[in-house]
Amino acid sequence: MKIIYTDILVIGGGLAGLRTATGVKSRGHDVIVLSLVPPKRSHSAAAQGGMQASLANSFMGQGDNEDIHFEDTIKGSDWGADQKVVRMFVNTAPKAIRELTHWGVPWSRVKQGDHQAIINTKKVTITEQDNAHGLITARDFGGTKKWRTCYTSDGTGHSMLYAMDNKAHEQKIDVRERMEAVALIHENKRCYGAIVRNLMTGELSAFVAKATTIATGGYGRIYSVSTNAVICEGMGQAIALETGIATLGNMEAIQFHPTAIVPVGILTTEGCRGDGGVLRDVDGYRFMPDYEPQKKDLASRDVVSRRMIEHLRKGKGVSSRYGDHLWLDITLLGRKHIEKNLREVKEICESFLGIDPAKEWIPVRPTQHYSMGGIRTNYTGESQTLKGLYACGEAACWDIHGFNRLGGNSVSETVVSGMLAAEYIADFCDKAESSVDVNSNTIGSFLQQEKDKIEFLLNNENGEDAYELRQSMEQIMMDKVGIFRNGTELEHAVNELKALLLRSNNIEVKRSKSRAANPALVNAYRTQRMLKIALTAAYGALLRTESRGAHSREDYPERNDEEWLKRTIMSWPDPDSDVPVVSYEQLDIKSMELPPGFRGYGKDMTIQHPDSEIRREEIKKCLSNAREQGMDRFKVQAELMAYEDLLPEKYRGKNERLVEPLATRPSRKS
Amino acid sequence: MKIETNRRLKISILRFDPHVKGDKPRMETYEIEEAPGMTLFIALNDIRQHHDASLKFDFVCRAGICGSCAMIINGKPDLACRTLTKKLPGEITLAPLPVFELIGDLSVFTGNWMRGLNERLEAWIHEEESEFNFNLLEEPMEPELADEIYELDRCIECGCCVAGCGTIQMREEFVGAVGLNKIARYQLDPRDKRSDKDYYDLIGDEDGVFGCMTLLGCEDVCPKNLPLQSKIAYLRRKMLTIGMKDKSGCGC
Repeated sequence: MKIIYTDILVIGGGLAGLRTATGVKSRGHDVIVLSLVPPKRSHSAAAQGGMQASLANSFMGQGDNEDIHFEDTIKGSDWGADQKVVRMFVNTAPKAIRELTHWGVPWSRVKQGDHQAIINTKKVTITEQDNAHGLITARDFGGTKKWRTCYTSDGTGHSMLYAMDNKAHEQKIDVRERMEAVALIHENKRCYGAIVRNLMTGELSAFVAKATTIATGGYGRIYSVSTNAVICEGMGQAIALETGIATLGNMEAIQFHPTAIVPVGILTTEGCRGDGGVLRDVDGYRFMPDYEPQKKDLASRDVVSRRMIEHLRKGKGVSSRYGDHLWLDITLLGRKHIEKNLREVKEICESFLGIDPAKEWIPVRPTQHYSMGGIRTNYTGESQTLKGLYACGEAACWDIHGFNRLGGNSVSETVVSGMLAAEYIADFCDKAESSVDVNSNTIGSFLQQEKDKIEFLLNNENGEDAYELRQSMEQIMMDKVGIFRNGTELEHAVNELKALLLRSNNIEVKRSKSRAANPALVNAYRTQRMLKIALTAAYGALLRTESRGAHSREDYPERNDEEWLKRTIMSWPDPDSDVPVVSYEQLDIKSMELPPGFRGYGKDMTIQHPDSEIRREEIKKCLSNAREQGMDRFKVQAELMAYEDLLPEKYRGKNERLVEPLATRPSRKS
Repeated sequence: MKIETNRRLKISILRFDPHVKGDKPRMETYEIEEAPGMTLFIALNDIRQHHDASLKFDFVCRAGICGSCAMIINGKPDLACRTLTKKLPGEITLAPLPVFELIGDLSVFTGNWMRGLNERLEAWIHEEESEFNFNLLEEPMEPELADEIYELDRCIECGCCVAGCGTIQMREEFVGAVGLNKIARYQLDPRDKRSDKDYYDLIGDEDGVFGCMTLLGCEDVCPKNLPLQSKIAYLRRKMLTIGMKDKSGCGC
């Protein structure tokens, strides 16, 4: 039995995983990163439009700060987020971006003086301040009050991931490529690492660690069309679920991005609309202002996606052999802008559609894009139920996105959550309680179990074809667990997925029997795990009889704070069961800085919770008190909802801005 | 009514699994029906699902962003995911990228090669020893310079330039256009405090910038259209100047 020991095992080599690894390494711990692919190929690289951080350098970002970023994020989440965690996040995001700058990301910068922008289809002249010249600039994104999304053209994730991976090289981080964690090793509610399969040789080994971190991204590939990379199959969430102890949160919260190209579902960034592009229908008519007069094309993602479907249902779509679609028009931005700031979009249009987006409109449709749900953790990133297991980035439900993530908050979260989790993990590993007290027989039996599963799949006869099961699952998710959901369809979806799960016990790897690199075998063992993930999403959606953020029930159109201001929590303790065990975690309005209110889209259909009004009154009093005492915004915030103690000490400092210079600033060379 | 008939594509793939004892490299041909908008990503998955489940290839983003799927397509290195079959003749030949370690069929281990290169060239920002305070405003950078750095930062390490390089066929240790582009990127970046002499020590020899035979296959095949030709030429001039200065003191 091959056993590799380390202090911290990180599963996933994208932005979140690498930032965790560099963080714990800086604290003096050993770390091994496992990655399905070379880290620079991780799905983080596909993030195009940008990273939110309230730097307030550009003219249209002036006045921005943590408070506004906080408010936007909470509203965006439809009040599903954990407000203290969001506070930790918005305070750390500017530090994260500045650290990345230091590590080499070539962020697009502010240029002093006049420049043209397109706002609401009109040409507008914006004058940037002289003292902001050369600082990091930002663009507009959906659901934000300020231009806060920092970017490098539309290759933001790419340049962030490259800088991060290069940093990992500098720190000599041990990265093992093409290695897949297939099970977590655990005993007495304590996680001790993972059983890992080498995807090139097929070798199974045990990686034993004090702390294990899952940073494997989302589960978008349970849908047949998704903007996600093909590796985003939810395996991190699945192996956590299969412990029977770790819990998943809000798995039904799935985001659909308004503008993926038809039919292949490749993303064109929200930056297209942020920079002034608009959506049009079959008549070339710009329809979004009719639905959302305030935010128009730049309403929150869930809202725009729903409006697009509504419009398609009115027969205003463009019919094509791949079904109806709408148009994304960026021609009004001009060739120069597109070739500088939207070049990936341009390349994608040229390669996959054969069109020039500076001249022609882009066929788009809302498409699965992001998983708000994931491994439920505390603010430290640690599982609430399985000690020593951590999760961060999209893989986790930490929970800053609630039921709808704002564009630009995902890459921001990857890095911030990695930075914070690294500190808490390092703290844990510094303590005696992190000692690895696992019996080698336990490790051996976990390893044997995985070996047996693989042998069964390879030797089974007259079994099921995993490709077929998987395709059925993907189609069920597409048809019945989509943007608009209803009880009847969801019930069908759950029943059909249960039947598929049962059939998946009899999978046979057909026509490809190698124990080494074998894509059919990989598909076989992942399919059953994906089915479990699909079931958590569909079942969670069926049970949640309200509409909140991206979870939209036609039969329950109201957001029901009275009954549903809570997080769905799932675990799978009985491996023979065909559904997860469900419980709910109540959100406490009385401790919220921003009690539930109207998001500002469409008609207010909220069923209010009585506590919301009480809390609003409390806050009103608190604020007028604070004003009388002349408190600054930081003191006021602390009065409303103290959170700073939760942050690792090194990340508690205030963030400097042009209008908020830090008194402690050391003298700089001029 | 016009009846559209789809082409039958004949896709020949160089198959070989080094993990299977006794396996020998061979060409295998699969016939599939072309569909509108079909890319090699779709075609290869079709073959895997319906013809040969053991076929190995690599795709991750399938959007031309991550660089995983570079292979030799009808004799030329390119990204398979964004290659539309309609742009190719009905007979298509696919082979894995040369130079890199073969995992099996069309799958190659570019990751360890690129990591080795990055470590050798120390492809990261080298800072001066100073306390960095992430609470403070970032150092300003000229917007045009940031754009220029990004231009070179767009490399996706796909390996096409390595596969298209004549020099590397003869000189195994050659850093390739991917390596030279990295040095050009850091040389441009004021945050990297290395001197030109430091860069010279990394690439001022025949495994570096002086090894390039200027065949420039790299420039022809780079899927991101990086300005490899002009950057290699620039680096060569720059390194030559350093080399000439250095020569006076080297005693040879």
